[in-house]
Amino acid sequence: MSERITAPVAPPARPEDAGGWKRWLRLDNRYVAPIFITCILIGGHLSFGMLESYQKTALAIVASIVTDLVLGRIFFGRWPNVASAYITGISVGILVRSPAFWPYVLCSVISITSKYVLRVKGRHIWNPSNFGISAMLFLAPETVATLSIQWGNYLLPMLVIWALGSVIIWRLRRFHITGIYVVSFTAFAFLRSYITGSPWQSEIAPLTGPMYQLFIFFMITDPKTTVRSKKGQCIVVFLVAFAEFLLRLHQVVYAPFYALFTVGPAAMLVEMWLDSRRTPAASVGAVPLPARSK
Amino acid sequence: MKQNRTARIIVSILFVAMLAAPLVIKWEAARRGGGKTKLDAQAALARHGFYFEEVSRAAGVNFVHQAPTLDPQLAPIMPQVASMGASVSIVDFDRDGWPDIYVTNSGEGSKNALYHNLHDGTFKDVAEEMGVADVNQPGTGVSMGAVWGDYDNDGYEDLLLIKWGRPELFHNDGGHGFTRVTEQAGLPAWVNANTALWFDYDGDGRLDLFIGGYYSEDVDLWHLKTTQIMPDSFEYAKNGGRKYLFHNLGNGKFEEVSVQAGINSRRWALASAAADLRGTGHPDLFIANDYGVSELYFNDGKHFHDVSAQTGVGFSPKSGMNAAFGDILNDGRYAVYVSNISEDGVLIQGNNLWMPKEGTAGDGLHFENVARDLGVELGGWSFGAQFGDLNNDGTLDLYLTNGYISLDRNRSYWYDFSKIAGGNSIIIIDANNWPAMEGRSLSGYQQKRVWLNDGAGKFINVAQAVGVTDTYDGRAVALVDLWNSGVLDAVVANQKGPLLIYKNTVTPENKWIEFTLEGTASNRSAIGTQVTLYWNGQQQKQEVSGGSGFAAQNDRRLHFGLGKAPHVEKAVIRWPSGKIQTIENPAVNQILKIKEPA
Repeated sequence: MSERITAPVAPPARPEDAGGWKRWLRLDNRYVAPIFITCILIGGHLSFGMLESYQKTALAIVASIVTDLVLGRIFFGRWPNVASAYITGISVGILVRSPAFWPYVLCSVISITSKYVLRVKGRHIWNPSNFGISAMLFLAPETVATLSIQWGNYLLPMLVIWALGSVIIWRLRRFHITGIYVVSFTAFAFLRSYITGSPWQSEIAPLTGPMYQLFIFFMITDPKTTVRSKKGQCIVVFLVAFAEFLLRLHQVVYAPFYALFTVGPAAMLVEMWLDSRRTPAASVGAVPLPARSK
Repeated sequence: MKQNRTARIIVSILFVAMLAAPLVIKWEAARRGGGKTKLDAQAALARHGFYFEEVSRAAGVNFVHQAPTLDPQLAPIMPQVASMGASVSIVDFDRDGWPDIYVTNSGEGSKNALYHNLHDGTFKDVAEEMGVADVNQPGTGVSMGAVWGDYDNDGYEDLLLIKWGRPELFHNDGGHGFTRVTEQAGLPAWVNANTALWFDYDGDGRLDLFIGGYYSEDVDLWHLKTTQIMPDSFEYAKNGGRKYLFHNLGNGKFEEVSVQAGINSRRWALASAAADLRGTGHPDLFIANDYGVSELYFNDGKHFHDVSAQTGVGFSPKSGMNAAFGDILNDGRYAVYVSNISEDGVLIQGNNLWMPKEGTAGDGLHFENVARDLGVELGGWSFGAQFGDLNNDGTLDLYLTNGYISLDRNRSYWYDFSKIAGGNSIIIIDANNWPAMEGRSLSGYQQKRVWLNDGAGKFINVAQAVGVTDTYDGRAVALVDLWNSGVLDAVVANQKGPLLIYKNTVTPENKWIEFTLEGTASNRSAIGTQVTLYWNGQQQKQEVSGGSGFAAQNDRRLHFGLGKAPHVEKAVIRWPSGKIQTIENPAVNQILKIKEPA
């Protein structure tokens, strides 16, 4: 199994780059996403008081990492790379809003545990933080909400995050996922506006907030819970946007989370089914842990 | 492999248990909190030491607030924009020793009411004959709140009326009527204000005036030149109304000195309160802002210094709608309560209870939010709140009213509200971009909170059990001993709803003492005077306020509950002039009338 959650696939290292001083200057792709999300966290909090509290975010991160270490050790007899657990923890710390401490721990633990428990043919099919946050929003709405701080609703921070995120996601070869989603969301926003009569600006508005930035850069691009083919990824992310469109027509506040929660695993199952038809002997579950995760 | 399978089974069971955990917690919370929903007076008296009865009709009060109808361009979101204006302030305008009630109305052409206390449990509206009723004429704006203070030290409380429109100052003519003195006083022509307070910030013995703007003062909400009047941010909006600090010159005139004095903010102020937080003898100023962080200004007697960030109250932005001070731990330090928004599953801002951090004082004062720890964090879409000892047990309790817009019970606007709240400033600033409400509710029909202070660091909500069962869209709360019986009654102003009077009945075992203060060298209203009462080895500090909560003013008379068998050692009174007066062994169950010694 993979311990990666949201950091997209790292391109293979070229042998000629493997040594020397350049090696120290080049950033391992595994750490691009964690560093990026940490920058969002620190920048967001210092400039806009983004975090509920340092303690709650730290609690979410620690709970996520500890859970991943324990379950990785139990299930596979080795310590997993904690980069993905860190991203899950920090996503929970940023996105979950609750006056209580326990939702931060519980959400992190549920998120990480889901990728060990909810597996089909050796693959986890839900994005962990999407699963955890959706579960908490659905099961404990009186205690949990998601991020309400919106970068002050200002244009500049939003553009900075979009630019940085786009460059990074391009480098990680997942930009097409983000791009298709944004285009689809925008098109559906205009369609919703036409159907409901709401101003189109209000339909577009959510896309400009940090919750969506985290969603489109870190959740929908998760390589381990998206299908493998580029074409398939484009279709799936379009379907996520479409499911969100339907949910929004029914005024579901957390439509993007629930859309990914339903469409993502369904797409994974379809892909597995198609794979099994093409190569019945080679089960995906037989694929060992990627070398980078060991 | 077998070990792996066993581990997987165990982890799977734990996983299911974790998913079930929130449901179990919810069930347990409902079981513990799901007490009585109907008043059982005797049970409430036995268990909590008091109960409320809503007596407005029996008391002859039949006031229903009306909301304004603003520019037609705002029609799609009119319920939101026109969602404030119900206010209540307490005053003994004729100095007969019985508190009266002034309430504002906000419909164009509607009338405010001044309920004169007839001493027999009933009230009579005398606003018309006193000249303070017809103040919402089209073209002049509509009322948003009122605060009382004796600005000319003639012994009679004068009325400052704030509006979305022209603020008005009425001089009290010996309790027989009021004279409008707005122009002579030098007040501005138009302010879209939602908060004001009287305080003597420079200690010269004359009451000064603070007014906080909400919408920008160049906006006439009935004749919009543009629909770009909404906040430019839901967290850091700075396109609201300006702040005014009017220095009392002593000749019936005021001079606006806010910028010179250090108050230069365009946040969207909804509430303000002043108290001497550092023992300097000068009142510090707290402002709760909508769409942003709160502001705290330390006052050195001449200038105000913005210490919001350094004291910790000005960082995490919320939707501040209330500011009230209270010595809730009986340790001589004031906490300040700021109300915000909490809606299950959508937005959990939580209210703030800012307590001075242990070991900090003076200019190094630092606050921490202990609302959750003390149990007063979640109050729905919270508005006005006031501290007061409701059961006379010797600790300050907290009365909170709430509820934003109650329209169709079955259709909520929250989805659309959350959508626009996430938008960029260029989207949200324009009212045209806001989805139409179309009769939907937004955090409507909410249950109120009456949090009892258990004296051990926890507040317990007993609202339903003690008879506070209304679900109107509450705005302002004022606490007052309406019938001079030694208990705090609650008067609640509701938006587009009736004025409610909750008459309090407290177990006679619990004793009390009240202080009616009159300044001589200090301002005659005694606003800013601190009384520290020492009894049974404990102390509690209270301060006469010129406005607190949301659009409200409690009675200036200070009320202390004392619990059972109290021995009151002394009351130490510190007047704004700096004089210290000590009253040894005052008797309990009495209203003490004290004049500042020469």
